[in-house]
Amino acid sequence: MLIALMADLHANREAFAACLDHAERQGAGRFVFLGDAVGYGADPEWVTETVMARVARGALAVLGNHDEAAVGRGRGGMNATAEAAIAWTRSRLSSEAAGFLASLPLEAEEEDRLYVHADASDPGRWHYVAEPDDARRSLEATEAQATFCGHTHVPALFGITAAAKLASFRPVPSVPVPLVRPRQWIAVLGAVGQPRDGDPAACYGMLDTGRGELTWVRVPYDVETAAGKIRAAGLPESLALRLHRGR
Amino acid sequence: MSRPRLAKGDTIDGFMVGDLVHKGGMALLYETAHPDRPGEPMLMKVPRLFEGEDPAAIVSFEMEQMILPRLSGPHVPRFVAAAGFERQPYLVMERVPGPSLLPRLQELPLPAAEVAATGARIAAALDALHRQHVVHLDVKPSNILHRPTGEAVLVDFGLSHHAQLPDLMEEEFRLPYGTAPYMAPEQVMGVRTEPRSDLFALGALLYFFTTGTRPFGDPQRMSGLKRRLWRDPQPPRRLRPDCPPWLQEVILRCLEVDPERRHPTAAQLAFDLRHPDAVALTPRAAKERRDGFGEVLRRRFNPEAQPRFRRRDPAAQVDAAPIVAVAVDLTEQPPALAEAMRATVRRLLPTLPGARVACLNVLRTNRVMLDTTLDAEGRNKHAQRLAELRHWAEPMRLPEGRATFHVLEAVSPAAALLEYATVNPVDHMVLGARCRSVRRKLLGSVSGEVAAQAPCTVTVVRPRQVEEDAAA
Repeated sequence: MLIALMADLHANREAFAACLDHAERQGAGRFVFLGDAVGYGADPEWVTETVMARVARGALAVLGNHDEAAVGRGRGGMNATAEAAIAWTRSRLSSEAAGFLASLPLEAEEEDRLYVHADASDPGRWHYVAEPDDARRSLEATEAQATFCGHTHVPALFGITAAAKLASFRPVPSVPVPLVRPRQWIAVLGAVGQPRDGDPAACYGMLDTGRGELTWVRVPYDVETAAGKIRAAGLPESLALRLHRGR
Repeated sequence: MSRPRLAKGDTIDGFMVGDLVHKGGMALLYETAHPDRPGEPMLMKVPRLFEGEDPAAIVSFEMEQMILPRLSGPHVPRFVAAAGFERQPYLVMERVPGPSLLPRLQELPLPAAEVAATGARIAAALDALHRQHVVHLDVKPSNILHRPTGEAVLVDFGLSHHAQLPDLMEEEFRLPYGTAPYMAPEQVMGVRTEPRSDLFALGALLYFFTTGTRPFGDPQRMSGLKRRLWRDPQPPRRLRPDCPPWLQEVILRCLEVDPERRHPTAAQLAFDLRHPDAVALTPRAAKERRDGFGEVLRRRFNPEAQPRFRRRDPAAQVDAAPIVAVAVDLTEQPPALAEAMRATVRRLLPTLPGARVACLNVLRTNRVMLDTTLDAEGRNKHAQRLAELRHWAEPMRLPEGRATFHVLEAVSPAAALLEYATVNPVDHMVLGARCRSVRRKLLGSVSGEVAAQAPCTVTVVRPRQVEEDAAA
């Protein structure tokens, strides 16, 4: 089966719609949303409702730190720009959408896979998985063979080797990577709605469970429109600008 | 990890385990057969996990399991099936018939022509591998087989590096893995991403085949391995005076410590080995003895003298150093077309610092050809064409050593160019559109046929036509 893994949608309707459409055309049989449906972007209600509708039809979704903040449960610690976007987002979410976000679990498990927004060793603390040490901490906290997360907005793959060392790898778009067993892997999917690795194209992961291979997919989308909506909503200019730059 | 050992007669996933055919340091190879694949010769590779449990055996098996299914073409054994460590790990692949190059070691030294032909086949196989983003990192006689059709086949990807996949070897081991007589200096220092490490190994093999002596011996310790960073080998001609200077040039270039000084790509090395006349001779060709003590000390102790080894994607390295062929029609080419072609090549080269330019001309021969190349008239014609071709290319001022000139003798120019592009392997061919003429109407267009069938990029150059011309 093909599972589409989407992290950090960040209320970017154009990017999210392009990724959904792309994944459908590839034949994705299942969708997993890895947190941060909202925050930064100008379409929180559409993005949240789309995730809700997918979850109602069997998709999985976990909570992200921006989702948590948008429903008023955050522990703070965000920068001023993110904070401004969250305040705006809060005013835009219907009570139904807010209730849905508030109901999301911190993590979800399926067979030998773990889905979580950030470091799985303490999911509610939202630690980044950016360096091999972060990956080790997360991997040591789970029995799952493969962990899938987001949060950093930068695609990466880490694995524990036969001699308990940590291998790190920067995935190449469209090249399937075998997640060989019985090694443990943690895959950071990159962001649908606000990429930060220098490539403005939206990024999601496609897992082929039969072959045990994960592919990082880049999907170009209408950045102009998404950035225009951010400006029209009066959100900080830097949020519009970074969509163009992918940083 | 103690699990029952596979033995002859066992069946796993339908594969019947046959005779043990090879016992390597890290894996065992069995003959195998499958009822769904009657008569198909296959080998099953099983990692050695029982004696001492070297983690390298596990990791190298995992690497090969990742890399082999992603490779294609005649230069690798075809992948059939694999299973991982959840239960009995194995890897099933095509069994390439025939022995490896290992038994040839009994017959060393080999004649220069045979060394060159063998080397060219191996270099072509390495080129195919590098274009698929893989560095082999264990090129040696026992890992090279030949198909009955002549192509060299590289086996054993247990130490290989794939630029688009996680490298488990790199993380796992601080000591370099490889085979001591053939290992490149940068590989000794732990760099696993340099495609030209395979050219060094091939150079060591060619040296050994030419002289019967290994250029760096067979050191067993790290200190011995490192010596090749500063101590150059005896020039092959010192050990084998009849080794032609061009072959010494090629071999010593492969054995350069700094990868930047080796051939930019395996394709360019193959090109040299196939065209001895076109090899640009440098002081390497004339070298009579090893470098002096002072020079060796400088290389060993002066930090300025130490090369810097960089990471790179093998396929990107191939892209940056293509073989560009320029096919020139010397008989009916209008000056405007000649100028347009030279301008096209001049524009191409600055973006490709490692590129090599082969200027080609086809000398048409009669359909019934009694080897006229051997008679005096034929030789004169050939030499005359070569001179004309050099003269044609002169205004481009191609850098010394990067341009070569070739006159192909053939009945059909298009067929000759296509064959040349396939064999050498050319990455980009530049040729002129034949001007509108009765000849073109009758004979068809060479450029059209080449553009349609070439295995590479083709640029057809046509000078911008002026209006009166078009109206005529």
